[in-house]
Amino acid sequence: MAIETTQVTDTTYSPDNPAPVIEPPRARTGRTPRATRTNFELYGWLFMRLSGIVLVVLVLGHLLIQLVLDGGVSKVSFAFVAGRWASPFWQAWDLIMLWLAMLHGGNGLRTIINDYAERDTTRFWLKMLLYTATVFTVLLGTLVIFTFDPNIR
Amino acid sequence: MPAGTLYRGREGMWSWVAHRVTGVLVFFFLFVHVLDTALVRVSPEAYDDTIAVYKTPIVAFMEYGLVAAVLFHALNGLRVVAVDFWNKGARYQRQMLWTVVGVWAVLMAGAAYPVLGHAFRELFGS
Repeated sequence: MAIETTQVTDTTYSPDNPAPVIEPPRARTGRTPRATRTNFELYGWLFMRLSGIVLVVLVLGHLLIQLVLDGGVSKVSFAFVAGRWASPFWQAWDLIMLWLAMLHGGNGLRTIINDYAERDTTRFWLKMLLYTATVFTVLLGTLVIFTFDPNIR
Repeated sequence: MPAGTLYRGREGMWSWVAHRVTGVLVFFFLFVHVLDTALVRVSPEAYDDTIAVYKTPIVAFMEYGLVAAVLFHALNGLRVVAVDFWNKGARYQRQMLWTVVGVWAVLMAGAAYPVLGHAFRELFGS
């Protein structure tokens, strides 16, 4: 049935006269731009979901401790921070939360910039600003957690 | 224009918009928050003076807004995960959004006193 409709054209294809190859729409060829040759966006999509699930626990726990329990924000002070970071458990909690939240938020903002900044140069510079701020914040926060000194004064 | 054939309006689009807006707000706060926490490496006084700003009534209301944004982003994020990974997720996305809104409202009511109580005591005495 389908064969009859394809035979309408004059050309008959055979091993000696093969039909032209039509690439699948998303096939990766030698001319595919470098940026789309990897599965980066797939891994980014997966990272947003996996880190998001972990962040729900870490961030809501953080908000509960800092803003709700024991008098809420009123009890937060240098001494309170020192007490919590005396424990490797809370250091690890805050370090993982910092890295996951910054990468999750950084990737989210990258998506938003890609969606709304239409000019190539605008998009490029907004993302450079974003990456700079993200790397700076992650490194600063990591440094603070690892070098915290309760006896600084 | 035929009704209901465009992906526009209703729960699907507005939850997507709210997810973006709350995500951006939380990200900007996170940037500021890492900077203020970094003051523990300067001196206890520098840190405590800055944290005092977080204890003022006006900023307490902003913290309540932050809690609102984080809670919505977290709960709706779980809904997005369910839509993507649960085979019935897309079919129940609307019911899940209203569940998110309901849980969000309950948690916001519960957070009101702990987060805003000290602001009201300061504004209206004892």
